[in-house]
Order: sequence, then structure tokens, then C-alpha cells
Amino acid sequence: MGKYIEMIRIRFLMMLAYRTNYYSGILIYSINIGAYYFLWSAIYGGKENIQGLSITQMTTYIAVAWMARAFYFNNIDREIAMEIKEGKVAVEMVRPYPYLNMKMMQGLGEGIFRLLFFSVPGMIIVALVFPIELSTNASTWLLFFLSITFSFIINTQINLLAGIATFFLFNNDGLIRAKRVVIDLFSGLILPLSFYPMWAQNVMSYLPFQGISYIPSMIFTEGFKGSQIYEALLNQAIWSLLLIIPVYGLWILAKRQLVVQGG
Amino acid sequence: MEYISIFFQYVGQYLKTRLTYRADMVVEIFSDLLFQAVNLVFILVVFGHTNLLAGWRKDEMIFIYGFFLVPFSIFASFFNIWDFTDRYIVKGEMDRILTRPVHSLFQIVLERMELESLFGVVTGLVVMFYAGDKLGLEMSWYDPFIFTLLVIGGALVYAGIFISLATIGFWSDSRTDIMPMMYNIGNYGRYPVDIYNKVIKYVLTWILPFAFVGVYPSSYFLEREEWYTYAFLTPVVGLVFFLIAVTLWNVGVTKYRGAGN
Repeated sequence: MGKYIEMIRIRFLMMLAYRTNYYSGILIYSINIGAYYFLWSAIYGGKENIQGLSITQMTTYIAVAWMARAFYFNNIDREIAMEIKEGKVAVEMVRPYPYLNMKMMQGLGEGIFRLLFFSVPGMIIVALVFPIELSTNASTWLLFFLSITFSFIINTQINLLAGIATFFLFNNDGLIRAKRVVIDLFSGLILPLSFYPMWAQNVMSYLPFQGISYIPSMIFTEGFKGSQIYEALLNQAIWSLLLIIPVYGLWILAKRQLVVQGG
Repeated sequence: MEYISIFFQYVGQYLKTRLTYRADMVVEIFSDLLFQAVNLVFILVVFGHTNLLAGWRKDEMIFIYGFFLVPFSIFASFFNIWDFTDRYIVKGEMDRILTRPVHSLFQIVLERMELESLFGVVTGLVVMFYAGDKLGLEMSWYDPFIFTLLVIGGALVYAGIFISLATIGFWSDSRTDIMPMMYNIGNYGRYPVDIYNKVIKYVLTWILPFAFVGVYPSSYFLEREEWYTYAFLTPVVGLVFFLIAVTLWNVGVTKYRGAGN
């Protein structure tokens, strides 16, 4: 356990060294959320609510979805692909800890850094400028944090899968990009899933992606009520466990057919 | 002249490297298509809940998106400099570039091109013709020429913005997460700018002029006369921003100190 905390800490410190640039990032994020806000105002065009979300809830949804993304988002798929291409992965696999766990912990270090230095100040600024409703209910916040923890796990597992695929494809920039697009669309980052036509919602309810963005954002905006919240959290928990199987399965296969291209 | 022959030599080499990883190339084209579909899905889903967006119809929005794809794909094929700082400055690759007798920016354009993105031009044209047909737009003999001019303008706008941002790397080699976010902001130029408030409208017109890659030039084809002035400003804005970017680049190169290796 100690070594994992150390990995998180080191990555955190690494990110800390570059913190000044994050302030410019906050500005860009705010412009992004601002533009979304006006776009959605135009889409609502005076309507009270669409699919049970008011315009205020919609703005909050977008703001929190993007800020939560800063936490769960990481580039470990690219990092793994890079290490495989450069042959570094051979050395990494010799080290006395599981490679995948290490990658996950590095991602967590990055996520915690962004949560503290990016999402929190960013959210404060956005809340000052735009009409956003922050819940005053402590349990909402608690459930939200539980939910984004699951988001992180699910998203990281999918990233690991995409990264490990490099073992088989050697060059998988395309796959990584496709994965990102699928997540943006199916996770509810761009549009709340309830806006989609019914058949599409049915398909997505069988996929793990809604656990990445839609569920935490709906919890935060209080678009989910009562038992819906717990069902949603249960869904996330099940996917977090279920995805372990393909990750380890693929990893075992990958180790068997490892080709080190250079190093 | 020499530059043209170098360009084609690079293209030849590029095709060879690409054909080595055929599976990836197919996935990449597929992922581009997917990416383009996502934006269409957004428009379709949104218009499932409303009929007009600030007075614009669904097919008009789809048309703007189709137009946008053309200059954007050209930009994406040749100006992959979003990771310039990491790839060239931090790793010291810029040293190698600077020892060669060809303009440094031109070399980077050649090294980083992704010709398969040009496929987006086809998608864009298909989307435009589909939407144009539904809207009953007429085409005059000179429209293809104006289209070409506006597309070049739009691609230069994108290139100008991203090259300018990349030059930050010459002054500060620390990581920024601005670039990926910029791609998002670029999307807002596709919506009628009057939906935004003054600040964002101003930013999208004069500071990060993404509106010149989407709604302004498209308004010419959509016969929205109130935007004609902006539509015809597109090539000018593109040229100005591109020249600013090249100037910044040339100044930046003199400030480059090398990262050591």
C-alpha cells in the first residue's frame, strides 16, 4: 500500500511543478463552459425544461461534467502506448510491482492534482459568472464524490484496455482517438443521455460509459432522485468490478506475445 | 520549387510508413468518421427538442457543419502541432530541425502531416450537398471558386491560431493543456454567433476567429445577407492570422535555446 501512495505522491509533485500553466487552462475551460451555456440558452429558447432538466440544471450539468472530467481524465493509454513503442515497457515489467496498478496510481495522482488545482478554483470562477446551482445538501456532495471515484475507475480501466491493445496493434493512435470520441458521446459529457431518443438510451444503458460522466453529473444536479441514485451507483460499482476481467485477460495475453521493438 | 519537390518526397515516405501499420490506418479513418458523426449526432439530438436555433433551421446547421469540415480537415492534415512543445522543445528535437536548410515550420508541417485526415473533405462535401439539397440551394458557376477561397481562408485561420499557440513553447517549455481545449472552442464557431453574448462573440470573431471557419463563410452559401461582409473577410482574416503566426514563429526560433538531451 505504501508504495502506491508514494506513486500517487510523486505524480502529484510532478504535476505541481507545472502548476502555473493550469491557471491559463482554467480560463480556457471557463470560455468553453461559457460558450456551452449560451448555446444551450439558445437551444432552450424560453422553454422551461427539456427532459426534466431546467436551464439552470443544464448549465450546472455542463459545468460539473467538465470539471469532473479533469479528475477522471488521464493519458495513461497514450503513456502505455508510448512505453511499448519505445521499448521501455520491458524495464517497467521487471520492476517489483504490477505495471497496471502503477499506471492506475499515476493516473490517480494526476487526477487528485487536477481536482485540487483545476476543478475547485475553476468551479468557483464558473459559479460566480454563470447561473449555477450548487447543492447545499451534504449527502449530495458525498454521493457525488463517491460517484466520481467510480468514474475514475471505469475510465481508467477503459484507458488500460486501449493502452494494452498496443501490444497487438503496435500502433494504435487511431484506436485511442476512437475511444475518446466514443466516451465523449456515450458518457453524457456532451449531451445528457436523457436527451437521446429512447432506442439509443436503451443501448447505452447496457454500456459502461454512462458511469463515467452522466451518473455523477446527474447526482450533482439532483436530476436523479431517491432510489435512482443508488441504482446508478450500483451500476457504476458493478462495471468497476466487471471491467477487471477484460483488463487482466488482455494483459495476460499481451505479456505472452510481447515484442520489444527497441529500447 | 525545391520546397515542392521536398514536399512530395515527404509524402512518398509518409505513405510507406503508413502502409506498414495498415490496421491502424483503417481504424484512424474510422475514428475520424466517428468523430465527425459525433458532431452531427449533437445537432440531430438537439433539434429533436427544438425547431429553430436563434432563427436557424436544422439543415442550415448541418450545412455549416459540412462546410466547417473542409477547411478543418485540411488544417488537421498539415498542422499537427498541438503537441509541439512536448515533441520538439522538451525532447530537444528542434535542434535537429534547425540544422537543416529548410524553413523550420515547413519541416514540422511535413514531419507531422496526417494525410488520411483529408478524407474529412469528402465527408464535408457529402454533408454540404445533402443539406444544400434539402434547403433547395442553387449553385452558380462561380460558387466553387468562392468556396475554394473561403476554405483556404478558414484553414489559414485555424493554422494561424494553432501555430501562434505552439510558439509559446519557445518562451516557456512547461506543459500547457491549452491545445486540446482549443479544439473544443473551435467548435463554437459553427453556431450562429448571435446566440453568444458580446464578449464571446468578440472573441470568436477577432481574437480566436473560429467563426470564420464556420458560420461566417457558410452564410454566403446560405444566402444570409446580413453576414456577407464577414463572409468575404474570411480570406483576409486567414491571411492576417497566418502571417502573424509565421512572424511569431520566426521571432520564437531566435529565442530557442535548446533543452539539452
